[in-house]
Amino acid sequence: MPENNDKLVIAGREFDSRLMVGTGKYADFPQMVAAIEASGAQIITVAVRRVNISDRNKESLLDHIDLKKYTLLPNTAGCYTAEDAIRTCRLAREAGLSDFVKLEVLGDEQTLFPDNEELLKAAAVLVKEGFTVLPYTSDDPIVCRRLEDLGCAAVMPLGAPIGSGLGIRNPYNMRIILDTVKVPVIVDAGVGTASDAAIAMELGCHGVLMNTGIAGAKDPVAMALAMNLAVRAGRLAYRAGRIPMKLHANASSPLAGLIA
Amino acid sequence: MNITINGEAASIEPLSVLDYLCQLGIDPRRVAVELNREILPKGAYPDTALKEGDSLEIVHFVGGG
Repeated sequence: MPENNDKLVIAGREFDSRLMVGTGKYADFPQMVAAIEASGAQIITVAVRRVNISDRNKESLLDHIDLKKYTLLPNTAGCYTAEDAIRTCRLAREAGLSDFVKLEVLGDEQTLFPDNEELLKAAAVLVKEGFTVLPYTSDDPIVCRRLEDLGCAAVMPLGAPIGSGLGIRNPYNMRIILDTVKVPVIVDAGVGTASDAAIAMELGCHGVLMNTGIAGAKDPVAMALAMNLAVRAGRLAYRAGRIPMKLHANASSPLAGLIA
Repeated sequence: MNITINGEAASIEPLSVLDYLCQLGIDPRRVAVELNREILPKGAYPDTALKEGDSLEIVHFVGGG
């Protein structure tokens, strides 16, 4: 990639791609693999669930993931208490190869908004146990600051509810969060199409995480490529320094030499 | 003897956690195990014998966002 001197750094680890993708909701494993490849993502999220004891013939996710190529980010999806999230992270670390975790503690089944009180409790424990915690949270600068103070490696404010496709509903909060914390700010949840991802990056966010936006598209592999390009375009635009927004026009062609 | 495995009751002969995983056809490298609410490190699978009333959670990674 031409932008290799602009790597994403999380907890001291460098990544070329600023797009992270989930592995859920795909039609089948081949589609998932093709979409992840097209996205250019290097960090992929996975969920932690009970092995199906009675049906041992089912293929396993890890049969299809090249662990040398991808960094797994286990999530605590489905956890509604700090205790369950902490248990899940400990299991994830035991099952996996790293201590990166996407910490989610949900407060509500309909919106899947985080329960920030339980999230902060869980984050405090997990950071002390040496986990690299990437917390999914609301676009609340105060909570983001508290998560950073606890030692989280990044903050991951939602753009809109998980799977809603509503995009970055409060770009002003995102900018305030970027001013508030020094850790990477990764928009997680709500991205619906390529422009949403580009907007997140143009605001100055360090990365974008999405699942439904790609897996739920009519052509997930095509959308994965679109998101790949959008995240890179948005980041390039941000670093290029956009023109200011003005109320009135500013002509692009010279005034001198007009015929009369 | 009776144990609980992933929330379901099961009746098994006494054996180690490792042997139980093999019996179930589970690759021990791909899972994490909680025994009576405590993480059981992989190194302990061969030497940990299951007892009456034990509760096991065996989890692995699946697709998710």
